[in-house]
Amino acid sequence: MSDFLLEVEDLEVHFRSSSSVAKAVNGVSFTLNKKETLGIVGESGSGKSVTATALLRLIPNPPGKIAGGRILFEGKDILALSEKEMRSIRGNEISMIFQDPMTSLNPVFTVGNQIIESIRTHRKVSKKEAKKAAIEMLQLVGIPEAEKRMDMYPHEFSGGMRQRVMIAIALACNPKLLIADEPTTALDVTVQAQILDLMRHLQDTIDTSIIMITHDLGVVWEMCDQVIVMYAGNTVESGDVKTIFDRPLHPYTWGLLDSQITSDSENEEKLSTIPGTPPDLREPIPGCHFADRCPYAQEVCFSKKPELIEVEEGHTVSCHFQTKEKRLKRKEKAYHG
Amino acid sequence: MGKYIVRRLFDLLPTVVVVAIIVFIITRLIPGDPAAVMLGPQASVEDIEALRKSLGLNDPLYLQFFHYVIDLLQGNLGVSLTYNEPISHLIMERFPNTLILAASALVIAIFIGIPAGIISASKQNSLMDYAVMLVSLIGVSMPIFWLGVMLVLYFSVNLGWFPATGMGSMEEGLIPYLKHLVLPSITLATIPMATFARITRSSMLEVISQDYIKTARSKGLGEFWVVCKHAFKNALTPLLTVLGMQISMMLGGAVLTETIFSWPGMGRLIVDAIDKRDFVVVQGTVLFIAVIFVLVNLFVDVMYKVVNPRVNYSSSKGGTK
Amino acid sequence: MASVQSSIVQIEPEKKKVKKEAGLMKKLMRNRLAAIGLTITALMTLIAIFAPLIATHSPNQMDVAHSLAVPGTDGHLLGTDNYGRDLFSRLVYGARISLMVGIAAVIFGAFFGTLLGLVSGYFGGRLDAIIMRTMDGLFAFPFILLAITLMTVLGQGLVNVIIAIGIANIPGFARIVRGQVLSVKEEEFIEVTKSLGATNGRIILQHILPNCMAPIIVYGTMSVAGAIISEAALSFLGLGVQPPTASWGSILKDGKDYLVLSPHMATFSGLAILLTVLGINLFGDGLRDALDPKMKV
Repeated sequence: MSDFLLEVEDLEVHFRSSSSVAKAVNGVSFTLNKKETLGIVGESGSGKSVTATALLRLIPNPPGKIAGGRILFEGKDILALSEKEMRSIRGNEISMIFQDPMTSLNPVFTVGNQIIESIRTHRKVSKKEAKKAAIEMLQLVGIPEAEKRMDMYPHEFSGGMRQRVMIAIALACNPKLLIADEPTTALDVTVQAQILDLMRHLQDTIDTSIIMITHDLGVVWEMCDQVIVMYAGNTVESGDVKTIFDRPLHPYTWGLLDSQITSDSENEEKLSTIPGTPPDLREPIPGCHFADRCPYAQEVCFSKKPELIEVEEGHTVSCHFQTKEKRLKRKEKAYHG
Repeated sequence: MGKYIVRRLFDLLPTVVVVAIIVFIITRLIPGDPAAVMLGPQASVEDIEALRKSLGLNDPLYLQFFHYVIDLLQGNLGVSLTYNEPISHLIMERFPNTLILAASALVIAIFIGIPAGIISASKQNSLMDYAVMLVSLIGVSMPIFWLGVMLVLYFSVNLGWFPATGMGSMEEGLIPYLKHLVLPSITLATIPMATFARITRSSMLEVISQDYIKTARSKGLGEFWVVCKHAFKNALTPLLTVLGMQISMMLGGAVLTETIFSWPGMGRLIVDAIDKRDFVVVQGTVLFIAVIFVLVNLFVDVMYKVVNPRVNYSSSKGGTK
Repeated sequence: MASVQSSIVQIEPEKKKVKKEAGLMKKLMRNRLAAIGLTITALMTLIAIFAPLIATHSPNQMDVAHSLAVPGTDGHLLGTDNYGRDLFSRLVYGARISLMVGIAAVIFGAFFGTLLGLVSGYFGGRLDAIIMRTMDGLFAFPFILLAITLMTVLGQGLVNVIIAIGIANIPGFARIVRGQVLSVKEEEFIEVTKSLGATNGRIILQHILPNCMAPIIVYGTMSVAGAIISEAALSFLGLGVQPPTASWGSILKDGKDYLVLSPHMATFSGLAILLTVLGINLFGDGLRDALDPKMKV
């Protein structure tokens, strides 16, 4: 079949409440090659975390449900697997790490126990061997005195150290794909850089692909090959990182780029933010989901949903005014006040 | 750990002293002359007076208290007026029976109540969940002395499955022995069982939405392990608090249960002693139960640490407060 | 148009005033179980209040010739007891005793418990230590055992039952109120009030006590259920109200002796207790969720 490690087609995830259905992910598609890193960027509520969670079929049901689409992992249709087959993929072929290392480790088990558990769930090895492998994992993620640390509880670790432990757990079985859901958001800035370095280093060592969920374009720039920009459950723009940073086309991407801290933070210029809030996904939205907040929006944006079209090789965007034929002129400081 | 236990024991000492004082005061306030009650209506004034003297009842209160404390420190709980036996003998004789009853009730309560709560939480809003919640709600509202009477009515009187009263002896064989135990232990188990189910459910629901549960699932663990290992151990802390309180309630419930089923335990001993105005027995047994309760609390405190590594060993205080 | 507008303007402020109370009731009624609980509790209260109108016979009128009649005979809805007294009427009057003892004992316990908790929490120091040590001591007795022991001191009788159960209720209230006081005391506005020269009594009554009301009300409601059971238990043991006073517990005690001949006595009296306690517990659960969701009773 294909060489892709992962293919996602028209993924739809719905959350049902007593009176309404929220379409949290509304037809997202992407592909991921082996050893590649894909960034999924967006604000909270854009559906990026839900997309990631759906890949492991860990959407809490009820109220959530994968309502449509296909997820092919090495050609296997993930959505068609039995729960048992799915379990043999989780933590083994696809692993996940989460945003907050303070809460994602179980407080009542030792760190060693939690890594060993991951290994012994998927590998038929003795306790002794698993322990040895766990210690090696801890060393690999850069935890000093790994052997001693095995018997300690999560609360005895700093945030950065805990995220290293989470990475050790996730990588314990050499997964082919690592999903990192905002892995550095909850950490101090200096620690963030260390964790990103570690992930990059480990990616080279164990040849894994990474999906990096983040709201931070800086992280995308440093880590990713490809990037998808999501807004309110839809892909608004995607392409390789260099293209998106060089020639961003969607007004929302412009807004995101404007709101990032530039690396030379010498200039005291005020950071711009995108005014407004994402739309209520329980309501039907006939037009572009971003229209409400878009400084360039025209009548057509509110009535007709723009399609995702490829404007140049490997660069797609979903905007009525950004096509092969016409381009929108980017205004300076469009998002100020 | 050992150090911690010793320090907690010292923390509990004042409580034990207060308990001893309360028991002393209450039993001295019981109206009626114990000596007169003991000797019966035909007794002469001289006999009563002689007995009062020998019991130390004519001494001033502070002196009585002093003797009482000295005796307590020597482990001497006094001699029963009606049984003519040391209280400690009576307790030694009766307490194991109460212990058997309470222990079997606790086993029933734990092994039915906790799994029911776990199932209920992991299948929230299902029919099963509603059924467990309804039954446990009725359970916590149950007047157990009525439940005991009703169990006797249906299972002893009407169906004849189990004996209505008394405690079997092992000499008759294990089956008859257990048959005697069934109705009283179900009676005594009802409230803790229902309470465990409710608390387990609510604390499991709280835990199940935590991030580390998502982590456990993302590792590829089966739902059974996620719930029973990762979630349950975290849900144990509130359960332990309730466990301590329920054991205390059960010591109280035993008084009623033992009365209904003529179970020869501590509860019956107390009720009989109150009937006979044998205040020495009341004093000794009530004090004994209160001290047991304090020790149960100590045990729960220690269990907190075992279950929850975040509790700091070196920090003082906490627990029963 | 104009008239409609002006009437809207007039309605506005009034709406706001009732909103808070309506909010609580609304929350309670939305919670279906709490609504059922409230209904049961209200029904039992009405039965207790209008007992003379509801009862078909005098509760203590004996008729030995028709003793232990089965339910439905001779106009005796639930039959008669061992003295031929109408069971239905005795249960109706029993509701009075049960609810009165339950409520009065909790008010007694709440009053003294709150007082001790306020003093202990507010003043702290040695007084706090003495009070709380005593409360710890009282807490070391199983509730019902404490009530039983107190009853032997006080002797049988309605008032004594209330006092005994009331005393047994004190430590619970004292602890809850003290905990609440300790957290409120730290808040800034207390310091400000103090610096403005307010007396201790005034600070306690005007600022601290109101902040303790929610847990007191929730805990109090739950305690009424416990107190009703305790009264029944004491009467069941023959330590409660004096015969011939009808109380659910005393009817159950009589019923136990005639269990084989006429099980209806024991059955109905117990059901009355269970239903009432269930109703109050349901109501209390709802009240807790609405007023004080953090509290775990």
